[in-house]
Amino acid sequence: MAAQGEELTVQGYIQHHLTNATMCTTENGISFNYACQDAGFWTWHIDSLLFAVGLGVLFLWAFYKVGQKATAGVPGKFQCFVEILVEFVDGVVRDSFHGRNALIAPLGLTIFVWVFLMNLMDLVPVDFVPHAAVLMGIPYLKIVPTTDLNMTLGLSLSVFALIVYYSIKVKGVSGFVKELTLQPFNHWALIPVNFVLETVTLIAKPISLALRLFGNLYAGELIFILIAALLPWWAQWSMSLPWAIFHILVIVLQAFIFMMLTIVYLSMAHEDH
Amino acid sequence: MSINATLLGQAISFALFVWFCMKFVWPPLMKAIEERQKKIADGLADASRAEKALDLAQAKAGDQLKQAKEQAAEIIDAANKRKNQIVDEAKQEAEAERAKIIAQGQAEVEAERNRAKEELRKQLAILAVAGAEKIIERSVDEAANADIVDKLVAEL
Repeated sequence: MAAQGEELTVQGYIQHHLTNATMCTTENGISFNYACQDAGFWTWHIDSLLFAVGLGVLFLWAFYKVGQKATAGVPGKFQCFVEILVEFVDGVVRDSFHGRNALIAPLGLTIFVWVFLMNLMDLVPVDFVPHAAVLMGIPYLKIVPTTDLNMTLGLSLSVFALIVYYSIKVKGVSGFVKELTLQPFNHWALIPVNFVLETVTLIAKPISLALRLFGNLYAGELIFILIAALLPWWAQWSMSLPWAIFHILVIVLQAFIFMMLTIVYLSMAHEDH
Repeated sequence: MSINATLLGQAISFALFVWFCMKFVWPPLMKAIEERQKKIADGLADASRAEKALDLAQAKAGDQLKQAKEQAAEIIDAANKRKNQIVDEAKQEAEAERAKIIAQGQAEVEAERNRAKEELRKQLAILAVAGAEKIIERSVDEAANADIVDKLVAEL
């Protein structure tokens, strides 16, 4: 479904589906979409933010409710489900994180469930929500926050900040600098080489985290859009159903990988050499 | 696809969510899980303890049963012995009584016979004298033959 004023072509259809609803401030006050094309950095993808925050609140509200009513007696089905998730994340943290930090396990749980929910939006048929939005006068709407590079980068840069913070907190500034300069070749003449290598390694962590999640979900979404754009309506299910079933695996796996790597990176940050 | 302020919004909401999760979601859930784990562990420990107590009680009950059987056997033995003893005593007593009664009877019979004998002898003497009187009345007087009659009486 193209935005108003655009011709309905395959290219236009795909382009429309890959465009975020944007918001920015111009001299005319708060503006949306077309008016924000030149706003530069201070542009907000309000659809991504809205769905991300909405799903995050949904997740925390549901888990909070369970936590308030949780008893040591016979648990309800949802409490069981939540406890399985909590124990699963707790087990992963115990196995992979060598150190004591009360932040890591809740961080892992938040990442796993939140990223999973954001990925899950990928399984909503591609036209349902955007089409309804167009009918309500919202020309662009992307409902899968993790197909927005800004969202995945926002997550991975936060993780990066934690990595740097804990590296310095555990090893001290000098320890952190030593780690960057005296590895892998422990010789003063090779300090510049070490620094370049270690910095690339460090920077690669958040970048790879963000790009892996974004790439998987963006590609998955694009394939759904292509199926919807290129096949007649009565044949779409033959492609989209297998892809959706396969995609269930992908979205869980990507959420898990993001959580797992976050835990591993933070564990590495806690290790003193 | 451009990098823009959305990234900041996402980072801020991420930080808030993690904070909330760490503060309000994780602790009560973990507490419930750990409490349940403890409950289950306690339950299992109780069960094994109860099993041990049951084994012990069964062994004790078996012992007591055995003891009781032994005691019962002893009591029955003693009772049998006592019974035999009583029967023997009664037999002996009865035997003695019987002998006494028989002896008494024989003594009485003997006395009666002696008395009857004496009586018969007296009456026979009288009868003999009477017979002799009748004979002598006809031939000699009574006084001359009295010594013969006395001799006869003494021979009877």
